[in-house]
Amino acid sequence: MQRYSGFGLAKHALSHNENWQRMWRNPTPKKKYDVIIVGGGGHGLATAYYLAKEHGITNVAVIEKGWLGGGNTARNTTIVRSNYLWDEAAELYEHAMKLWEGLSQDLNYNVMFSQRGVLNLGHTLQDMRDIQRRVNANRLNGIDGEVLDTQQVKEICPVLDCSPNTRYPVLGASWQPRGGVARHDAVAWGFARGADALGVDLIQQTEVIGMRIEDGQILGVETTRGFIAAETVGCVAAGNSGVLARMAGIKLPLESHPLQALVSEPIKPVLDTVVMSNHVHGYCSQSDKGDLVIGAGIDGYNGYGQRGSYPTIEHTLQAIVEMFPTFSRVRMNRQWGGIVDTCPDACPILSATPVKGLFFNCGWGTGGFKATPGSGNVFAWTLAKGYAHPIAAPFSIDRFVSGKLIDEHGAAGVAH
Amino acid sequence: MSQPNRLNQGGSIDRSKPLDFTFNGLRYSGYEGDTLASALLANGVDIVNRSFKYSRPRGIVASGAAEPNAIVQLGSTEAAQVPNVRATQQALYQGLSARSTNGWPNVNHDAMGLLGKLGGPMMGPGFYYKTFMAPASMWMTYEKFIRKAAGLGRAPQEKDPDIYDHYNHHCDLLIIGAGPAGLMAALTAARSGARVIICDEQETFGGSLLETADLLDGKPAQQWLANALVQLSDCGDVLMLPRTTANGYHDHNFVTLHERRTEHLADTAPEAHQSRSRMHHVRAGQVILATGSQERPVVYANNDVPGNLLCSAVSCYIRRYAVVPGQKLVVTTATDIGYQAALDWLDAGREVVAVVDCRANPDGDRVKQARQKGIRIITGSAVFEAKGSKRVTAARIAAVDLDAFTLTGQLEELACDTIASSGGFSPVVHLSAHTGARPVWNEEALGFVPGRVKGMIPAGGADAIYSLPAVLESGLQAAQQALQSCGYAAVSVDLPKASQRIESKSAALFQVPHLKPTSRAPKQFVDLQNDVTAAGIELATREGFESIEHVKRYTALGFGTDQGKLGNINGMAIAARILGQTIPETGTTVFRPNYTGITFGAIAGRHCGELFDPERYTALHAWHLKRGAKFEDVGQWKRPWYFPVGNETMHEAVARECQAVREKVGILDASTLGKIDIQGADAREFLGRVYTNKWAQLGLNKCRYGLMCKDDGMVMDDGVTTCLGDNHFLMTTTTGGAAAILDWLELWHQTEWPELEVYFNSVTDHWATMTITGPRARDLLSEVTDIDLSKDSFKFMECREGMVAGVPARVYRISFTGELTYEINVQANYAMHVWNALFEHESTYGLTPYGTETMHVLRAEKGFIIVGQDTDGSVTPEDLGMQWCVGYDKPFSWIGKRALSRPDTRRKDRKQLVGLLPTDPSVVLQEGAQIVFDPKQSIPMKMKGHVTSSYYSPTLGQGFALALVMGGAERMGEKVYMPMADGRVHEAEIVSPIFLDPKGERQNV
Amino acid sequence: MLHIYCPYCGEHREESEFRPKGQAHILRPKDPDNCSDEVWADYLFFRDNPRGLHHEMWLHATGCRKYFNVTRDTVSYEILETYKMGEQPKITAQSRAAGGEK
Repeated sequence: MQRYSGFGLAKHALSHNENWQRMWRNPTPKKKYDVIIVGGGGHGLATAYYLAKEHGITNVAVIEKGWLGGGNTARNTTIVRSNYLWDEAAELYEHAMKLWEGLSQDLNYNVMFSQRGVLNLGHTLQDMRDIQRRVNANRLNGIDGEVLDTQQVKEICPVLDCSPNTRYPVLGASWQPRGGVARHDAVAWGFARGADALGVDLIQQTEVIGMRIEDGQILGVETTRGFIAAETVGCVAAGNSGVLARMAGIKLPLESHPLQALVSEPIKPVLDTVVMSNHVHGYCSQSDKGDLVIGAGIDGYNGYGQRGSYPTIEHTLQAIVEMFPTFSRVRMNRQWGGIVDTCPDACPILSATPVKGLFFNCGWGTGGFKATPGSGNVFAWTLAKGYAHPIAAPFSIDRFVSGKLIDEHGAAGVAH
Repeated sequence: MSQPNRLNQGGSIDRSKPLDFTFNGLRYSGYEGDTLASALLANGVDIVNRSFKYSRPRGIVASGAAEPNAIVQLGSTEAAQVPNVRATQQALYQGLSARSTNGWPNVNHDAMGLLGKLGGPMMGPGFYYKTFMAPASMWMTYEKFIRKAAGLGRAPQEKDPDIYDHYNHHCDLLIIGAGPAGLMAALTAARSGARVIICDEQETFGGSLLETADLLDGKPAQQWLANALVQLSDCGDVLMLPRTTANGYHDHNFVTLHERRTEHLADTAPEAHQSRSRMHHVRAGQVILATGSQERPVVYANNDVPGNLLCSAVSCYIRRYAVVPGQKLVVTTATDIGYQAALDWLDAGREVVAVVDCRANPDGDRVKQARQKGIRIITGSAVFEAKGSKRVTAARIAAVDLDAFTLTGQLEELACDTIASSGGFSPVVHLSAHTGARPVWNEEALGFVPGRVKGMIPAGGADAIYSLPAVLESGLQAAQQALQSCGYAAVSVDLPKASQRIESKSAALFQVPHLKPTSRAPKQFVDLQNDVTAAGIELATREGFESIEHVKRYTALGFGTDQGKLGNINGMAIAARILGQTIPETGTTVFRPNYTGITFGAIAGRHCGELFDPERYTALHAWHLKRGAKFEDVGQWKRPWYFPVGNETMHEAVARECQAVREKVGILDASTLGKIDIQGADAREFLGRVYTNKWAQLGLNKCRYGLMCKDDGMVMDDGVTTCLGDNHFLMTTTTGGAAAILDWLELWHQTEWPELEVYFNSVTDHWATMTITGPRARDLLSEVTDIDLSKDSFKFMECREGMVAGVPARVYRISFTGELTYEINVQANYAMHVWNALFEHESTYGLTPYGTETMHVLRAEKGFIIVGQDTDGSVTPEDLGMQWCVGYDKPFSWIGKRALSRPDTRRKDRKQLVGLLPTDPSVVLQEGAQIVFDPKQSIPMKMKGHVTSSYYSPTLGQGFALALVMGGAERMGEKVYMPMADGRVHEAEIVSPIFLDPKGERQNV
Repeated sequence: MLHIYCPYCGEHREESEFRPKGQAHILRPKDPDNCSDEVWADYLFFRDNPRGLHHEMWLHATGCRKYFNVTRDTVSYEILETYKMGEQPKITAQSRAAGGEK
């Protein structure tokens, strides 16, 4: 793999950038692999990378129906944080956070992970109780966080309207300084380049159309380019997990919904932190290019159309103008939608299935991007060993039968 | 003031109305009818901005929505600032004040330009992914500098003075675009009686008719246009919306139109209460997409130097605005439009150096016309490089072999100050792609045409139909087809006669090869706003980014405020050539809303500030205000939180209010509790199914507390329900849950048990509820009612109807404080009268109003839960220790019952509701404090629960709390610990959650 | 924004009047107390989530307050029919595959 560095940039500039190598090959699929990952998004590519790097399993194919990182990796609002309430979720996201913190160096690819801090605003007394509960839990779990009052919020984010005159005044916030944003596409590309360099075959424009299962054991996948064999298959296909599960005759507790986001036209930097408000229903950060990156709510109906309904966008911008009145004259440039598969408890599924050798990593809902390295890391472990990584264990499908849900949805009220 | 590039005649500007404006602090003048761009060109302003990445000087390229460079900051005052205004779409008005968005110290001399020149070769696409990685700790510092270069314009620092409104419409036909196709469609539809909306983004209707040299019915097309507009405005059912951009096309023919009402007049709305802009939400039967086409520029070296324009823009500026943006013109073209630009330039009295045409034998009418006029025509050739830095000084041309992608033959350098290019036309398909229909490549037209969208018909240029007679006819046909779909009878309309011009077939000219390979040639720009070059696209493909989506994301092609209107197709064509593919093999182009940017304010409309979410007040709100209450937001309601007297703190006020209730009598406005009137023969049976406890035996005028679960066994709501008749019950719900519970009841009735005869109605707003509670409650109430209040005739958990203060009332004897309590319910509009009647006895009984905070303290002392505070969606009735409220042996398997026997809900060590008494009585535990059993363990600690409610109790004289603790019910008397952020560790003892009067003697007096 | 025909009101109305309520035709087990945990979990949490034709429940929340069913394509978002509670869909994945739909 060609190493990247500032020096390299200068050297390549002298040769008119004609000698840069491919970041990944475009291989012809082999007949058989040790492991097949279905889905070449951030999570799938991270899984492949860690399989090769940490478990020495390099005879791996990532099968992607479109282009690498073209699903939710390319469509999210890039927020990274680990301040989850429940121990199980906190451990998973904090595991990811620790990997984020050295990811650019590990991959030799600048994923522009920017720890500019995340504010989760509280607007009601109950919001503040929930914030205190969550921050206390985070602290005892070793995750950074503070409860801020209105004045402290104002100091961190002067552009936010912290006056008592708003419909739902800001009463305070939780503050995770290690949270922030990353460059979403770069995460997929960095993992792809790293995995490829370790020998993983990244097979794009190839769709899985069936699963070959005999005697309860997965034997491989049928694709638009023929059958590809592997006795371990990990499905990491976000919004399309349900479709894959059906191929294997498995039902998942998932529903796929449109999740919309939008960006403004680029403006000079005014917002240096990530601001999230569950009560007012808006969250916002500003990219290094100057775009305000804004997440909208999830549409309530099932949809695979990568678009949602206009009232959701309208409501989101009402929230943003309510929170940031000086953004009223800024223009919205573009809106889009992703497909998120949501679990009843707003926590993911990292699980074996009744089919031997077939594993699923799905159900991340609105929270997948921030988990990318952690998800890939524990899922790679799970695929390599054949049973769940201790961090992944609580996220088994069985929890929906036993009732042992990890209800971030009901408890924390922080959905994103 | 002189306008050196302004012609003395022609154009549709009003020379009798000069307008002054400033740009970068310098004063200029233009005329009414100008855009900011045309006025700047008239004044000879070449450099309007600096480019985003390389800080190269940039001038105006286009004349409409596609403009990538002329992005300015508008606004004469701080509050009126508007970032990123496209000068080509901004009408000039008196006093307009604009600035370039980049360039320091100014746009003509930019210090960053040097960095762009020197560092440019290192700043290829994605360079930032390859550096700034060491040491890891430095990234935030690097990023600070990167962010300094971010953004175009800036947001104002003051609140927006303007308002924005929304209109909702339904129509049969929505026609988007009022050029020849759209107008022809509108004229046709208008005669049918259909409801028609026609909009156009420009200041006036007409589209290409505004500047065309073509004749209609033997007269200038502008005359036909004027007549058509009169006809349309005479039709009652045609809504004409100029200055209105269809910015988003959503499912089921829902289109948002953004009407700029005042932006052509001033930077804020000139009249009070006038909206600056208006969003029209249109649900259309049929949509006619008549959005026309967009000319593509040609990609050649230094094609970004000011003085490089589109051919159509040159014609537009000359013909519409009487502005010639230069002296000496070279045209490089693949279409006959290039010749039109040359002819217009010549007519304006300026010099045309040459028309350089990449085609071998162009023979269209306009080619002949140019030849007749003596214009030098150089065929089979193209401009491959522009010379000049701040303005074009020359064009280098050569013969080209496009198939081999090389220059052939002699080079020539033509001195000029303007190069106009035309690489062909792309239908404006953007809106059609918004609903997910992918545009389809049309090889004949060398462009993408709209994909199929149900209810949408493309017409004219949007459908790659370019000759005027054909465009008019397509408008007519589209309207007829649309009318038929909407059920209107066919109408016949005469088409105006347009002369059929012979056009030479356009060629496909995207990038012109250079003498040097693309990687070594001077920069050949594809996306001007994002500084994406052909070399950058080449590099991206070299590095393995082969999908067009990858190319776009790696290079940022198409991600500017112009959304790649000029660059996307060229970029795709270049990628396709490098990859040895056709354009359709390389991909298609997907567009998302918005077509052009729309301000947040316009999208939000009036739903900000106090109208962001309705505020709900009880009938007694005015009284609370007068009494100086502090309010708490509960759902949409404003509830009194506490009533401070004098300078009392909340703590002091709550202590006083608590004491009043425990010793005398307090009053709470409880009107916000949800109230659902339930009637029907099966009402009782229904209650038994939705509540966890039993309802079969509840007698007339008896009240009962009930818990409601979801079918996963988790508590979702609670409240008291009263039997008002054998078929009639009144249910109360939590304040926040009222609407959801009504939906919930309807859900079960309509979908699961339609056979039950039961009806639900929300009566929350109909009844005001006044809770009087405390030892003197009976005495107080007896002053104003005829109801027999004696202990034995009106018992605890009963209801009576009677008169209170002369008003019919329902009085419930229930208690959320543990004291003797009457909840007086009267029709809401009598509430203030009754409340005042009670307060006539204020001093006699020490009647004290209290708010939600005191209510919380009093109920917590009694161990009464608040759903949503002491529960969180993971708590069962058993976890709350409320087995007394669970009808295990009810005949019907009520909602939530089955889930209680799952393995996890049967666990003994679930978190259970307990009371906590801090060892230090002065300590009030923090709500949300996490509980551990072993305070000495290291982090991460094993957390065993958390404090849900915590207060200081004036009655107990100490702090106390409710908490959910793992296995708590079996741990009475044990100590638990709460390690806090400040380093303190609080100790508390697990006790019963009922702190006061466990036998309930106080309420049974 | 979807345009939805309420079968009770007999009119097309804007989506903002309605609330989606998830998959239609989910049967609560007849005898909950005697069904397995798996059956109960299936009823509570497991959904078809099809890519394509879907039968779902909507509530005309700010209209007639009635729940009703919608057959909708989850990719194109096209609504193929709406029908009252208790009725069965005329258009199903099977009928569509067999060409039974217009």
